[in-house]
Amino acid sequence: MALRREVLLKARQEAASARLDALTLPAGGGWITRAREDALTRLRAMGLPTRRDEYWKFTDPAALVAPATDSAELLGEDPDGTVFDTIDRLKIVFVDGEFDADASDDLAAEGLEITRLAEAARHDLHWARDAYGLLEAEGQAPVERPLAALNTAFATDGVLIRATGKVSRPVALHYLRKDGNADAMVHHCIKLEPGSEMTLLESGAAAARFSQVLEVDVGDGARFNHVRTQGRDHERVSNSNLFARVGEGGVLKSFTLSANGALTRNEAFITLNGRDGVAHIAGAALGDGAFHHDDTVFITHAAPACESRQVYKKVLRGGATGVFQGKILVKQPAQLTDGYQISQALLLGGDDSQFLAKPELEIYADDVKCSHGSTTGEIDPEQLFYLRSRGMPEEEASALLVLAFVAEAIEEIENPDLAEDVRTHLAGWLDRHRG
Amino acid sequence: MAALDETEVREGVDRETVETVASMAGKYKHGWETDIEMEFAPKGLNEDIVRLISEKNGEPQWLTDWRLEAYRRWQKMEEPEWAMLNIPPVDYQNQYYYAKPKSMVDKPQSLDDVDPKLLETYAKLGIPLKEQMILAGVEGADGEMGEGRKVAVDAVFDSVSLGTTFKEELARAGVIFCSISEAVREHPELVKKYLGSVVPQSDNFFAALNSAVFSDGSFVYVPPGVRCPMELSTYFRINAENTGQFERTLIICDREAYVSYLEGCTAPKRETHQLHAAVVEIVVLEDAEVKYSTVQNWYPGDEEGRGGIYNFVTKRADCREDRAKVMWTQVETGSAITWKYPSCILRGNDTQGEFYSIAITNNWQQADTGTKMIHLGRNSKSRIVSKGISAGHAQNTYRGLVSMHPKAKNSRNYTQCDSLLIGDQCGAHTVPYIEVKNTSSRVEHEATTSKVDDDQLFYCRSRGMDEEEAVALVVNGFCKEVLQALPMEFAMEAQALVAISLEGSVG
Repeated sequence: MALRREVLLKARQEAASARLDALTLPAGGGWITRAREDALTRLRAMGLPTRRDEYWKFTDPAALVAPATDSAELLGEDPDGTVFDTIDRLKIVFVDGEFDADASDDLAAEGLEITRLAEAARHDLHWARDAYGLLEAEGQAPVERPLAALNTAFATDGVLIRATGKVSRPVALHYLRKDGNADAMVHHCIKLEPGSEMTLLESGAAAARFSQVLEVDVGDGARFNHVRTQGRDHERVSNSNLFARVGEGGVLKSFTLSANGALTRNEAFITLNGRDGVAHIAGAALGDGAFHHDDTVFITHAAPACESRQVYKKVLRGGATGVFQGKILVKQPAQLTDGYQISQALLLGGDDSQFLAKPELEIYADDVKCSHGSTTGEIDPEQLFYLRSRGMPEEEASALLVLAFVAEAIEEIENPDLAEDVRTHLAGWLDRHRG
Repeated sequence: MAALDETEVREGVDRETVETVASMAGKYKHGWETDIEMEFAPKGLNEDIVRLISEKNGEPQWLTDWRLEAYRRWQKMEEPEWAMLNIPPVDYQNQYYYAKPKSMVDKPQSLDDVDPKLLETYAKLGIPLKEQMILAGVEGADGEMGEGRKVAVDAVFDSVSLGTTFKEELARAGVIFCSISEAVREHPELVKKYLGSVVPQSDNFFAALNSAVFSDGSFVYVPPGVRCPMELSTYFRINAENTGQFERTLIICDREAYVSYLEGCTAPKRETHQLHAAVVEIVVLEDAEVKYSTVQNWYPGDEEGRGGIYNFVTKRADCREDRAKVMWTQVETGSAITWKYPSCILRGNDTQGEFYSIAITNNWQQADTGTKMIHLGRNSKSRIVSKGISAGHAQNTYRGLVSMHPKAKNSRNYTQCDSLLIGDQCGAHTVPYIEVKNTSSRVEHEATTSKVDDDQLFYCRSRGMDEEEAVALVVNGFCKEVLQALPMEFAMEAQALVAISLEGSVG
């Protein structure tokens, strides 16, 4: 009798070999080929996830794993205008997952060293040689993330950014989609040298199926800000993996706004490696209809006196599903840890929407302060009544309350201009999804 | 603790209870064993052993077949691995599955016939004398009882039930309280109807094992409209070495009835681990209410992690009809390993489930415990309050599920899990699953982890308490919400246990 564990592994490996049959390892040579081959070895050992994996209990990975993807409808202009358009930024454009030099700004910027992944492979001494795939590989334990290994092996494009100074002008990655069937994988590596600072923005429809890995190494005393929007391409299936390591006194802040999407899985794996490190990760997700959105976060406190925050808000309507799997792991040396986690869902009327959550704490140090909270429910009728008694029409009142509900997550964005831009975008979406 | 002697006895609390609590001031107090001649079934597990247990209990064919089916399913199952427990492999063939004191083979007719060693066992455990006479299996001793608190006791010694007290008085109220083997003989229709209806034979690995080899346990039936006149309790004692205890409890609370049930457990100190895999099934019908309280104090192993009970328990209550109500309260201080998730299936509309838990782990103990609240009916409500305390090298995990099915409109859940760490070598973990599948329900979950507050400790110490006393007081305060949910008889014992379990964890 085969053990359950073996049966599962076999199913995962079968899923992987079906996918691998449809793929070829990109050409590159040198260090990048070595890194890709290592990732392939990791992937073969793990296999690709199936619905029976505990880590995929709430989200069926089939569409992310399948050898081929369905096409997704191309949408026209965003009625709210392109997000971040009013922000002064260094714009890097990808079309169907491929770098577009003509549409992008000049990659030269003071304090930053930006290289296209496809080009860096030609330089044998590029810094990314020791970085590409490294944090991803470390992030495979204690929980396996095979889709990220798949990405490391097969991603053809992406950017490598090294920050050496304090850079205030954000770098904006904008993903455009022209092909209805695009099945794209991009992989970015970011290294912040000690004391440096940078902001990364991400936006755009990307691809029918989009896989993204972002590896961020935040050096001692460095600051990394990240604001991402995913939206409008309602038929997309996408998975993203953020792998980050934060050094002594380093700060990482990441925020994601997601609207609709047939299937979105955003994973974050963050390790606080140095004393006094800070990691804040937040998300606001809106779903109206048959959409599925999954935030899976794993924060490890490996050093003392670090602070982490996870703030997730989901507004679900018309049968949408929201998933949150969050974990704080506090290792034995990480005394004086301050860990906070909140996940909340607002379920609006109509068809039954779902919120599935697993907020976990795993703690091996005694001098810590860790808490998590999770709530699910409708709009508070008393709050609604209050606003209506002040003469506000019901629709407007509920839109206001929804905005207020999501606000706590948006407040995690440090830069007020960016926060305002995201808020405007969100209000536009809510306006179009009332009722 | 000496101060307890002068304690004014509160109303409803026996002198015995006070003395019992006072006597508990020390390390594990129930670690002695009774040297008594036992009758064992051969070691190991196979279909013949299952048949033998069934035969020894004089069971009808349907039950033998039921056990055999469970055994066959168990053979195809794997031990669950998902809990945060490091369980050394258990050799299921190196266990006795049936042990009975020889003197119980022929039921004694008078006190003189009862094996004095059995009497001594219960005296030592602090069970009051009048009850003890009945516990030891003497018929007719429950005739004249004094006034005051009455608790009917069913005592299970290794594999067999020794006796049940207050049977006549309970019978007058229509309540059936007896061992499950007796219920199989006397009330087969009830057992057949409800056995396995809440926890099916193949529910999980340990439940399947229990279904195959359960030897005894308690059976309760409260007829419609009856408020059970006294608390019912079962006292489990593992005595024999290398013997697993597999009791099965079945409680049926019929319409508009009420019962409060207490369960206590102890075992001797031994170098080797012992297996305990129990199943508790509760059926709650329309407008009925059941309270189930446990003080689990199996031998936890020594400071080095040697010995101790492996406690794998499946407990589930089915609020089968509208407005049924169930409340689980547990104080888990014993066992080397605890794997236990008392659950509520809130099937009827307007049903209510509550779970209050204190889990204390010290030294090398491991506990993975919590609850499942499965909301199926409309307007169902549940509340979870869990307090985990970890000290020494122990690992303590709260694992829970709150599930709101699409049909469970307007349901509510509130969950609070707090963990306290004492010392930097232990762990405290929280693994809640929250599944909300309709928009009108409301679920709230809160969890915190912290250490014993230095300010509180300092305050207590400045009032002249030593460090251990101060920690015990702070921890008792931390557990207050759960302790208050316990019936009076258990609250004091539990409070004392909290202090004892943490002995040696500071300084």
